[in-house]
Amino acid sequence: MDSALWPIGVKRCHISKFLMGLSIAGVVLLWGVVGLILCWVKGLNQTHMNDYYGFALWIWADLAVIALGGGAFFTGLLRYIFGIRELKNIINYAVLIGFICYSSALLILAIDVGQPLRSWFIFWHANVHSMLTEVAFCLSCYFGVLTIEYIPLILENRQLNKVPFAHHLAHNMHHIMAVFAATGAFLSFFHQGSLGGVAGVLFGRPFAYREHILIWPYTFFLFTWSAAAYGPCFTLLITWLTEKISGKQLVKENVKQLLAKISGWMIFTYIIAKIADTVYWALVTAPSKGFTLMDFYSNNPIYGIWILIVEIGVCGVVPAWILVTPRLRANPKTRLIAIILGVIGVCLNRWVMVLQVMAVPVLSFDTWAMYYPSWQEVATTILPVAYGVILILISYRYLPIFPQEVELNPIEPSPSETVEAMNDAAAEDAMVSNGEPATA
Amino acid sequence: MFPFSFEWIWDMGHMVFHGGLWYALSILGIGMTYCIIKTIIDTARDSESDSRP
Amino acid sequence: MKHVDSKAKKYGMVIDLDKCTGCGTCMVACMAENNVPFKKDETDKRLSITWMRVFKLTNGKPYPDNEICYLPRPCQHCEGQHTGHSPCVSVCPATATDYDSETGIVSQIYTRCFGCRYCMGACPYHARYFNWWDPVWPGEMEKYLNPDVSPRMRGVVEKCSFCYHRAQLAMEKAHVEGRKELKEKEYQTACTQACPAGAIVFGDLNNPEHEVHQVAQPDPHHHGRPKNPNAFRLLERLGTNTKVYYLSSREWVRRAGDNYLDSEGSASHE
Repeated sequence: MDSALWPIGVKRCHISKFLMGLSIAGVVLLWGVVGLILCWVKGLNQTHMNDYYGFALWIWADLAVIALGGGAFFTGLLRYIFGIRELKNIINYAVLIGFICYSSALLILAIDVGQPLRSWFIFWHANVHSMLTEVAFCLSCYFGVLTIEYIPLILENRQLNKVPFAHHLAHNMHHIMAVFAATGAFLSFFHQGSLGGVAGVLFGRPFAYREHILIWPYTFFLFTWSAAAYGPCFTLLITWLTEKISGKQLVKENVKQLLAKISGWMIFTYIIAKIADTVYWALVTAPSKGFTLMDFYSNNPIYGIWILIVEIGVCGVVPAWILVTPRLRANPKTRLIAIILGVIGVCLNRWVMVLQVMAVPVLSFDTWAMYYPSWQEVATTILPVAYGVILILISYRYLPIFPQEVELNPIEPSPSETVEAMNDAAAEDAMVSNGEPATA
Repeated sequence: MFPFSFEWIWDMGHMVFHGGLWYALSILGIGMTYCIIKTIIDTARDSESDSRP
Repeated sequence: MKHVDSKAKKYGMVIDLDKCTGCGTCMVACMAENNVPFKKDETDKRLSITWMRVFKLTNGKPYPDNEICYLPRPCQHCEGQHTGHSPCVSVCPATATDYDSETGIVSQIYTRCFGCRYCMGACPYHARYFNWWDPVWPGEMEKYLNPDVSPRMRGVVEKCSFCYHRAQLAMEKAHVEGRKELKEKEYQTACTQACPAGAIVFGDLNNPEHEVHQVAQPDPHHHGRPKNPNAFRLLERLGTNTKVYYLSSREWVRRAGDNYLDSEGSASHE
């Protein structure tokens, strides 16, 4: 029924199955929208946040999706700036995942603020010394970059691409994508870092506070580093999930292994820095404020020392070790375990740097603050997941996200497709003869 | 965000921060403008060559 | 020492914990003065807006050695390690909270706050409160609201302003009378005036003639650290450089004002 919209040379499931998938995600999305409307209409009293927990599930979700979406900027950097050609086979998907993550982050922020209609004040009355200002500017700009990176993909839809303007625009945007990618990497470096800085500058919160290099606390660098390290894990995880659901191999093994290897070495170096930071914080920074390490991990029902061990050991050292070891990296099962642990690890880090910061008492006569989210918070946090699923379903079905799909899953092309493919080839030849490259 | 908003101060912090911001925005703006203009020219050239006998 | 007209003020408070009975009058006076909203159900104190909040401290010892102390906590109006680098002011992305270097008061601009709550996360004293609900006053109580203080809308952060509207009124009066300086008693906060035990004193910490200066004896070479051995500030070690000083003759109370490692002596308040 809609096969004319599919990329050339690929097979997609029946439209009814596709619509069924959309409907299931749509129901979840609707649930989230109900929570969202309640929060906007009735206010943030719909949440379980309170004056001790001003930052809670949403801010964690924000930080987590931005870290996970870090695969986009880092893969883009590797592909366009460092010129690693193999990654062109996964960059489209990394961009799509990044686009979903960043648009979700902006949506969550729009729900999270008490006066959403005043959100523009952060730009207009910007306090340039606030890490959150840096986050807002860089995040919005980088979302612009991701949109610019996603537009050519949309324009490459089989039918849209027949429109000469769309065809040329996609081509021209690809042509200077390195410039956009470099700008994106610059912006990402700062907003990933400033998200880390959000916690690291809190000198009133010894659990979060870290020493500085110039104006940036150590968490600034650790957040950028961890997003670059763990972001590709998420790209690989979603790719694996997509392959399982579609029942097809979409990306060649060597590409996955290459990205896993890069991610592994990044995690390896990150975790060394994280351990060094933790040791310095535990032995120097916190004691200088009158706290021992165990003050932060005792006398409460949840936040035991286990969380530090899981974050650094189980979800840091273990995935790093698996992914830097060629034999383990080559094994799809151990590689999958590593990337799942990596994704959990970075999410746990963001959880700790948001929710545990709020939980730890600072006044000696105060007590631990515990929190659990309301259904409205959960629904609005799951909303972006449903939105992401929908966008992936649509993009996968109609856009040429995976360049290797045709080669990995050969099918007999229909006569109309053969004609279209020949026309496309002729058009590309004409471009080459005009002195332009066939592909960017 | 702009020098005419009343809390703007001509100090190093504002100049570095907003300098970086406007630099990035300019690159994105100029890049997209270039793409669109070039696309219009390419499309026009295509339609010219199509209309040629 | 002659007080110079142009010298910036540093308004601050000294609270004598030996005198405080924990009656809560300061809290009530503060709420009435500043139009602080309340709800029908105030059982969850982490949702209650209390610009001034009285904490109950205990030395944790069993009877008969058990002792308690009440500690009123307004906004501490931190100055930080350099002027205006308060935990909250430095993080507010929209410049909705500001440090006035003329008075040392940390302000909150309600109409500019967009409710991100970063300042609340930054404040170790939990002195900042979010309006989770729209303010609703029962019956005809709206008629009793203070016309000098604007009520706050849902979705913004609010906090103790050291009754800044009173400073504005006093300055207007002084201006009309051709004066540039305020007298000590001309500008006093509502809690100071309401305290039946006289436990709170308020004034200019920079002015040696003011009682707050004489009692706290702030050391200008150490970011205002008190020279009075019985005086202390909350969480001094964090470098917040607050303008609210506390007095207590009891060692365990003074130690409760900050955090200490075991190696730094036993924390008697635990």
